[in-house]
Amino acid sequence: MVRLPFALMVCLRYLREGRMQTLLILAGVTGGVAVIIFLTTLISQLQASIIDKTLGSQAHIVLKAPKAANRTTLPPEQTAAIIQPRAQRLQSINQWAAVAQLASQAPGVLAVSPMLSGAGFASRADASQPIAMMGVDAQAYQRIVGMQKYLKTGRFDVSGTHAVIGVELAKDLGVTVGDKIRLVTMDGRGDLFSVAGVFDIGNRDLNRRWVYTSVKVAQTLLDLPGGITQIDLRVDNLFDAETIARRLQALTGLSVDSWMQTNAQLLSALNSQSISNNLIRAFVTAIVAVGIASVLVVSVVQKQKEIGILRAMGASPRRIMSVFLLQGGFYGLIGSALGSALSLGLLQFFSRITRNADGSALVSPDVDVSVVISACALALGVGLLAAALPARRAARMDPVQAIRV
Amino acid sequence: MGNIVELTQIRKSYGEGTPVVTEVLHGINLAISEGEFAALTGPSGSGKSTLLNIIGLLEQASSGQLHINGQDASGMIEAKLTALRGRTIGFIFQFHHLLPGFSALENVMMPSIIDSGWPTTQAQDDAMRLLTQVGLKDAAHKRPSQLSGGMQQRVAIARALALSPRLILADEPTGNLDTHSANDIFELLENINREQQSACLIVTHDPALAARCQRRIQIVDGQLI
Repeated sequence: MVRLPFALMVCLRYLREGRMQTLLILAGVTGGVAVIIFLTTLISQLQASIIDKTLGSQAHIVLKAPKAANRTTLPPEQTAAIIQPRAQRLQSINQWAAVAQLASQAPGVLAVSPMLSGAGFASRADASQPIAMMGVDAQAYQRIVGMQKYLKTGRFDVSGTHAVIGVELAKDLGVTVGDKIRLVTMDGRGDLFSVAGVFDIGNRDLNRRWVYTSVKVAQTLLDLPGGITQIDLRVDNLFDAETIARRLQALTGLSVDSWMQTNAQLLSALNSQSISNNLIRAFVTAIVAVGIASVLVVSVVQKQKEIGILRAMGASPRRIMSVFLLQGGFYGLIGSALGSALSLGLLQFFSRITRNADGSALVSPDVDVSVVISACALALGVGLLAAALPARRAARMDPVQAIRV
Repeated sequence: MGNIVELTQIRKSYGEGTPVVTEVLHGINLAISEGEFAALTGPSGSGKSTLLNIIGLLEQASSGQLHINGQDASGMIEAKLTALRGRTIGFIFQFHHLLPGFSALENVMMPSIIDSGWPTTQAQDDAMRLLTQVGLKDAAHKRPSQLSGGMQQRVAIARALALSPRLILADEPTGNLDTHSANDIFELLENINREQQSACLIVTHDPALAARCQRRIQIVDGQLI
């Protein structure tokens, strides 16, 4: 005979006696835990992939020179004239090196990259396309946007008169790595560049418009010697971007935008996904709790007489209580073990049958261990909590009344 | 020899605080000495079971003094009552009240498991010895539902003896059995009383059985006569 302490021994015997109940409620807890782990993993993976796709080619925070504003002596509502907003010319960030230094020291900022961008045209023979010329420091910029993974051919090299262009532009102009193209800005300055690399960042428009050159060349062509139009930042925690942006704005007086502003729709989509996930989790948890509680309430009523006998034989109310608490804990523990296994199986299955457009797996079968642990802890806690009420009822039972039933 | 049970002016009323208060016991004075073999008789509704439950610490008296094994149980807290009950008193009910999910052996071991919190080899050996004593050695691993009424009651007696209680309380232990089995059970109780010197208080309706006890305590309308 296996030697178990009283409460555990009686608990296990009751679980075995009520086999059908035990199996049903275990199935319920298993399903609940599996749904929570599966859904949380799925949604966080999808979110991570959406964020990666959208923000992979963007800076998390962009600092720009403040917009030039009209200077009027009277506020607009006190003047009879219609004042047109000023046209915005290309403007450098004042003291940009000091600002970049300041931003790089701000807490939560991982990388800083100054950039000079302006409009122009790329042409070869008779073909000509409007472009956004972006002068960057190759090394600093790659810490903001991992260009390596977007490069189709060639290198991300903007030194001298090398330029890096997108696949669409390359197609439109009919060039490949090593070919020459001519880049001209709006006021007619231009030069001949050789294509060092061709990238595909997954957006047709940007693949047609973005052309990378060195900062020096861009400064010359865009006629902004020594100037920088924007400073790109990468932050540690994505969702701190807005807070950091506001702090930097207060510090520098520049116009500071975080990805959360420029991608407000993405943010609200992510938020509503998280909310729906939390709602589902809350409902599943509540249903599991109600299930366990109802099974135990019934069990306490069924076992009323036996509880009375055990009490008459000297079992303390606390012992009786622990018998039923243990049952709740058992449902939670075993259910979460089975549920974890089931969710792993489901993820494996889903990762095999669902595919992205490019054939890669939509879902990875890898599960965050902390999700599993927290789901199991939740199930155990819910089990104990749901058992608390029936257990108290059992403990408070009057032995004489209980036996007489 | 000392008294295992001493009751002084025990009263018990039901429905206190409501318009209908029923007093079931009207000031009972009773002493049962160590090793005594006593029958408690009386008509239905006379308060036999209530008195037995109060002595067994399952119910609290409304007023009066109760000493069990020399300890004053009148003002004890629940936990102490539970401990005193477990170690001093063995119960035998009219219906065997065995735990259906456990074997006969486990049922007999249960009081000792509850007492120590753990099944021990000692408890198992003791339980086996008790089952042998009541003649059920071969049925040790059977569930109560696989036993006859008389056998079930004998398991219940073995269980009541598990912690060698100084006092055995039996509430109509033979009430549910045929005459032959009832006789066996009664003999068993007599033997235990003789061999272990445990005091026995047996509630019974059967005058023939009551007549075999050393002492007859009669209760009518909540008073001893």
